[in-house]
Amino acid sequence: MMGRTIFIDPGRCIGCQACVSACRECDSHRGKSMIHLDYPDEGHSVASLPTVCMHCEDPVAPCAEVCPADAILVTADGVVQQADTTRCIGCANCVNACPFGVPKIDLQAKLQLKCNLCYDRTAYGLAPMCATVCPTGALFYGTVEELRAERPGVQVADSFTFGDVVVSTGVAMVVPADKVQWPVPGGLPIVEVNGKDVTR
Amino acid sequence: MSSAPPPLDPSIAPPGTRTFRDAGGIPADQWHADQNGETLVPTHCCFCGVQCGMYLRVDRAGKVFGVEPRNHDINRMRLCPKGINAYQQVNHPDRLTAPLLRRSRDEPFREASWEEALDFTVAEIRRIQAAHGNDAFGLLGGASLFSEKTYLVGKFGRVALKTRHVDYNGRLCMVSAAGANKLAFGIDRAGNPFSDILLSDCLLIAGSNVGECFPVMTQYLWGARDRGASLIVIDPRETAIARTADIHVALKPGTDAAFFNAVLNVVIQENLVDKEFVAAHTTGWDEVRASVADCTPEVAADICGIPAHQVVQVARAFAGADRAMAWHARGIEHHSQGVENCLTVINLCTATGNLGKPGAGYGTITGQGNGQGGREHGQKSDLLPGGRSIANPEHRRQICEIWGIEETELPPAGTSMMEMVWQMQRQEIRGLIGICNNPFVSLPNYATVKSGYDTLEFHAQFDFFLSETAANAHVVFPVTTWAEDEGVMANAEARVVKHNKAQEPPAGVRTDTWVMCQLAQRLGVADKFSYAGSREVFDELRIASAGTVNDYYGITYERLEETGGIAWPCPSTDHPGTPRLFEGGRTAHPDGKIHMQAVEWHPPMDPYDEEHPMSLTTGRTVAHFLSGNQTRRLGALVEQTPRPWVEVHPSHGFRNGDPVRVVTRRGSEVFPALVTEAIRPDTVFIPYHWPVPTAANALTIDALDPRSKIPEYKVCACRIEAAERIDEVPAPPAPPGHQAYPATQVSRTDPLPPTSPQGRGTAERS
Ligand code: SF4
Ligand code: SF4
Repeated sequence: MMGRTIFIDPGRCIGCQACVSACRECDSHRGKSMIHLDYPDEGHSVASLPTVCMHCEDPVAPCAEVCPADAILVTADGVVQQADTTRCIGCANCVNACPFGVPKIDLQAKLQLKCNLCYDRTAYGLAPMCATVCPTGALFYGTVEELRAERPGVQVADSFTFGDVVVSTGVAMVVPADKVQWPVPGGLPIVEVNGKDVTR
Repeated sequence: MSSAPPPLDPSIAPPGTRTFRDAGGIPADQWHADQNGETLVPTHCCFCGVQCGMYLRVDRAGKVFGVEPRNHDINRMRLCPKGINAYQQVNHPDRLTAPLLRRSRDEPFREASWEEALDFTVAEIRRIQAAHGNDAFGLLGGASLFSEKTYLVGKFGRVALKTRHVDYNGRLCMVSAAGANKLAFGIDRAGNPFSDILLSDCLLIAGSNVGECFPVMTQYLWGARDRGASLIVIDPRETAIARTADIHVALKPGTDAAFFNAVLNVVIQENLVDKEFVAAHTTGWDEVRASVADCTPEVAADICGIPAHQVVQVARAFAGADRAMAWHARGIEHHSQGVENCLTVINLCTATGNLGKPGAGYGTITGQGNGQGGREHGQKSDLLPGGRSIANPEHRRQICEIWGIEETELPPAGTSMMEMVWQMQRQEIRGLIGICNNPFVSLPNYATVKSGYDTLEFHAQFDFFLSETAANAHVVFPVTTWAEDEGVMANAEARVVKHNKAQEPPAGVRTDTWVMCQLAQRLGVADKFSYAGSREVFDELRIASAGTVNDYYGITYERLEETGGIAWPCPSTDHPGTPRLFEGGRTAHPDGKIHMQAVEWHPPMDPYDEEHPMSLTTGRTVAHFLSGNQTRRLGALVEQTPRPWVEVHPSHGFRNGDPVRVVTRRGSEVFPALVTEAIRPDTVFIPYHWPVPTAANALTIDALDPRSKIPEYKVCACRIEAAERIDEVPAPPAPPGHQAYPATQVSRTDPLPPTSPQGRGTAERS
């Protein structure tokens, strides 16, 4: 399955937004952050959940599929790129198509913006900025073996259900041990701590 | 393909300076940063006590314009949002670039020459001291300064100003822990390095919101938990790390000593004491044992407002673990019983034999970057360099010899920061120099602080931004940021790390060292203040600390650059440093023992009554640092956390965003509500980084711990009421002199070559 990719571990997230700031600093985004930090359980808990582009594999990149300008490219290594600025018309079709709510539109520039897995870094063997700085390891970049070496027994999922539709992704998520067998409900916070589901 | 980057100029590039290619193992000519002639200067974050390693990105014109994570032992590439955005301060539009001067507070500031500002300051010092004595002039330093500068603050105060009134803002940080460490161990620092956390089986975190205040430390907690360690968090709020803890004890603010006494009581009852360790390595055990005898879980449950079984759970988890560790921070230290709270934690670690072993021990987590180093070398009112006591004749003699003054010339101990404010109110202190501190936001009971400072006849501040406090001054000296000078800081592990100079300061800006030397020269002691720069000061500091508990003698700039940091004591240049203390149970007391101290809990200083039935507690947010003078000017951080709020439990009937008035005996202010079950129903929380009228510290009490003189920030009595209208909620005022938020990476001098794959022709269409 996955090669070197991002693993999201919401159980560890402390909501610090270092990832958000780091994304702004990386040379591919320069000043605009492409990370969403959600607070899924506000009022009850301080739980937070980072969302980066999941780099959908099957169906491949719904955002790109609906793009009327053919502006969103997918590289051979499965990275779904930010829309090509020479083609993008700022129509926001990609925003509506993405099941994870990832692409944003810069309204002034009328251009789409999205996470491209820090292609300027990952293409040369560096981790993306967000996963490099994340103080807790809630965002981890590497192979699943590298993740397991650090966190023995950790379970990950890379397919998510949205109603009847199952989406398999290039980015994976740490899930409670008993949930890994099935496609995980998409868009819901699943919070795993030491193998236990602590979602309320 | 562009041409190769210009070679680094070895005369200006600090050791370890790299190109991007070296840093990432990236093939030459494939990385645009190299093509831009960009260099990476290795240094550390200027903010908290973790002291994360980072590279500052410096463009071809020699200007800092960005940050790159650095694989340093402490943080292994990780950074928090403050660290990531810190570089934006360096060339910020708000930087002060000329001295500001006014002869009375009724006038506006005008820009002045350095000569005029220095001469005026010295004339005022002389005038005040001639009329009212040397002690009528005070000096307040800062723990964000490099250790060289904090050493110089102490020397400047005693030798040039000849005043006893020297103190520093670390007084608001970890002095309670320092006091407790001194009493119990005879040495003032954390016992273990962060890396020991990874080896622990049970971690107890007391009064520390690690996730927000020391985010990069959380990787160590998670590393231990990945191995199966349990996590206990003691905090009135369910913070991000408390949320996933095995045991979260949400006790009532100000009841920590009762809780820890009860835990020790259970440890004794259940026969979990490490009797051999206690017998071999401690004094005072019988008194401690007697003092906790009545503090049963039920008694503590009543005082702390928690279920009694949690006390038992914590005792069993901590004492039952093979190797257990306790870490704490301001949550238990910012109290009128701060020193005692820390002593109860030390008692627990000692009784269970958890000291001085890999994975077992005790530590305090420093708040300010140099909160640890900031007091070691004489900036604190009662300390001389090397942690020597200013009251000890032998210590005085040693330092006077190094400084070249008569012992009779060295003033006695002065008072603490808050006490100095009271003295200003009474006109016992009439003139003051503040160096990189912002008491208008950071001290409790703002009304008192303001009236104290307003009473000053003369007030000067050193800073690189116009802080709320500097805006009240007569003279403001524009000084360098951490990226424009070199020097060392000691982090929370007492690991001394070296910060490097990444760019020349803007024209008109001088180093704090230069300003102090210039003032000293005009005060007639030029011979004692002739330093070319930090390195010379550091070498004097090394000698001044030699042979003391805080021995820095073996630490040199070169060694720091080679090793990435050395923990003191380090008595000789071939000594590896001392990351872990108390190995074999030996402390720094002459008898080598741990001096256990009995503690009796007493209630907080601000009593609850019908008018003020609830607890107000304060703390930090991840996006801002202390008084916010730096972080409230960085757009990304302001966007992340634009304003303070009051956290209230849903049982009070408020909805999110409702205007809530918080009333204490010091005043009242209105904040928007953040309604959350993550706080106790009898407690409210306000983050403290903003000035009035949005200042938590307009409400907090200026009661002090009798020994450490730390203010009781973490608990005071309050009530909350619905404010009538939403427009009663004031917005935080812009920081003084604020012009614009710096844009991210705007200072890049060259346009980027294309980095997206479409530019390389490697992409496939989906
Ligand atoms: S940096 Fe990591 S811990 Fe912080 S908000 Fe992002 S994912 Fe969460
Ligand atoms: S503020 Fe502290 S945790 Fe954040 S980057 Fe700086 S040193 Fe690291």
